[in-house]
Amino acid sequence: MNLVSFLQQCLIGLTSGGFLGLIAIGYTLVYGTVGLIHFAHGDVVMLGGCLAVTLFSLAGPLPLDPPANWLLVLAVAVCCGLFCGSLNVGIDRLVYRPLRQASPLAPLVSAVGVSFILMNIGLFWIGPTDRAFPEVLPAGDRLAGGVRLPAADLLVLAIVLPAFGGLLVLLRSGFGRSLRSVAAVARAASRTGGPERFIAATFFLGGALGGVASVAAGIHNTTVNYQFGYQTGLYALAAAVLGGIGSVPGAIIGGLVVGLVRAVSIAVLGPRWAAATVLLMLVVVLAFRPAGLFGRPAAAGRLP
Amino acid sequence: MTEAARQPASPPVSGERRPRSNPAAGLGGPSRSRVLDGRTPPSNQILRHLARSPWCRWEVPVFGLLAAAPWGLADAFNGIGGPLTSVLILCIAALGLNVVIGFTGLLHLGMAAFMGVGGLLLAILTVPTNPLEIGFLPAVCVGVCGAAAAGGLLAAATLRLRADSLAVVTLGFGEVVRVLLGNLEQITGGMQGLGPVPPPGAGLSLAGTDLGRAFVIDPRWFYLLALALLIGVIAVLRRLEQSAVGRAWIAFREDPVAAATIGISATRVRLAAFTVAAAITGLAGCLAAANLGTTGDPHSYGFGRSVALLCAVMLGGPGSLPGTLLGVAILFGLDIVVIPAIDAWSQQLTAAESAAGPLTLGSWRLALVGMALIVMMRFRPQGLLPSRRSAAELREKHR
Repeated sequence: MNLVSFLQQCLIGLTSGGFLGLIAIGYTLVYGTVGLIHFAHGDVVMLGGCLAVTLFSLAGPLPLDPPANWLLVLAVAVCCGLFCGSLNVGIDRLVYRPLRQASPLAPLVSAVGVSFILMNIGLFWIGPTDRAFPEVLPAGDRLAGGVRLPAADLLVLAIVLPAFGGLLVLLRSGFGRSLRSVAAVARAASRTGGPERFIAATFFLGGALGGVASVAAGIHNTTVNYQFGYQTGLYALAAAVLGGIGSVPGAIIGGLVVGLVRAVSIAVLGPRWAAATVLLMLVVVLAFRPAGLFGRPAAAGRLP
Repeated sequence: MTEAARQPASPPVSGERRPRSNPAAGLGGPSRSRVLDGRTPPSNQILRHLARSPWCRWEVPVFGLLAAAPWGLADAFNGIGGPLTSVLILCIAALGLNVVIGFTGLLHLGMAAFMGVGGLLLAILTVPTNPLEIGFLPAVCVGVCGAAAAGGLLAAATLRLRADSLAVVTLGFGEVVRVLLGNLEQITGGMQGLGPVPPPGAGLSLAGTDLGRAFVIDPRWFYLLALALLIGVIAVLRRLEQSAVGRAWIAFREDPVAAATIGISATRVRLAAFTVAAAITGLAGCLAAANLGTTGDPHSYGFGRSVALLCAVMLGGPGSLPGTLLGVAILFGLDIVVIPAIDAWSQQLTAAESAAGPLTLGSWRLALVGMALIVMMRFRPQGLLPSRRSAAELREKHR
């Protein structure tokens, strides 16, 4: 592999890592506030992708001319964000909130159950096979020093980077402080029936970022599948755990690392080894840093 | 903190009933001395002992019926014998998962991978195209030990992880094994699986009959073998649950910190539980491969199968052996027998009216299972047939 194709793979890895990071933030925010791995998050994102396909098909013949298509993508991303955020809040309200006092295994298993239901809904929404994601942009590649920059990938970056920026600004505001304080006393807060408003806000924020990511993922992958939550969602979950689940910068970095490792292993070993490479890397990293790259080591009281 | 956690080293207070009369134990009340002085006829002693053993509540009727079914209900068995054997094998696998989830309270999402490891080792060692071709029994031993070693390695690599990260890593491990099974065609046979695995007992003969041929001709023999091994696994788990190791697992599940303060090492708990669970699941994998004659599609060792086992354990009652069996019976019984039957019936009803694709129950299978899990966790988290201990714990929590 020469330098140019290596850079090419890195670019692909960074774009896919971008939306993986956005999805991973959804896992990490929920874990940070209620201490639960929200296994259904990947399927929430999958339903966002289904909605995006439906909305684009309503918009008429694609691709459109430059200013209109950017606005269209923006509008669809906002719609998907609102949809996934609301869906996430609904799931929390109906399924997780009654289980705040239960043993930690109960919400985890319920999350698997929610994931099944959402997958079944997706199966009926877009069918059992890959559904082509509409080509929003005309295929126009730019070259920079021999490296191809597909327009679609630029669009993905244009969606992902503002979302990251907005999130980081939000987390520095008063809202972020409240979130962190809820997270710091998550156990105590959940015991006293605590600040449900902030927990709902966390679920909404995580879901909304996932919804935005679903559009980016659809543009990058060019297909949506009802098993997206299990395929791409697993990478995002690996990214969240790799970065240190509970840490937002960790999720972003974890997403980029997973995206890079995946792209390079696809180029070197072939696509069928990608999952194994990424997950083996996760196991090896966690064997040496059990709390992930940026996670704080577990306090003695919270073991295991 | 619950009662069980505070006194984890004491004999189980509310666990399975133990045999109360034990003639060999010497000292005892009047009834025991009567047994010892030999006035009761010996056959009566044995009967009494049996009647008091924990096996006589549901096991004898259930397993007796299952063992007699192939001969007594031959017609019905011809129809469902194959699926029934698979369900028995999945029962063994679910009992393995129950060791991790039920006894230690850790979540394991890659259990089916150990079925793959066990089945693959059996196939490698017995398939005629490979040069090794050792007998069935040694190959099963190697398969079980190999799966146990894989389980121990996974536990060793994840010792310091919190329970949530552990769940993700076990999920990842399961996927890695599935990918390896699918991609290393030279060793594993790739997507078709490695075969043909000879039937158990191939090459052995008993009283003039070739056992291998007997297994091929009559599927009832394999069914009985699976049933016997299931009973054996239940017996082993019963003893294990009552032993010091088992009580340490349960103390760890109740409160890891409290368990650590009385000297129960989390490291040893995790290593032992993962190894035992992987060994049992590996045995199930060996049986599954021998039953099918091949290791089959690697996807049958992937996340879907692992989660199906998890659902069965959670449905029946984590930590409860009869509950696990009931969970498997309900879940896979629904999947293999009931849902296809209902769909066939509804298709008969609607075929005349609608030419469009019928809305079958089978296509909502995932959602049905998901709903069942959510409803169970909300309203009956201890499972359908909870172990007495976990039922007692829940009562205490809600007091």
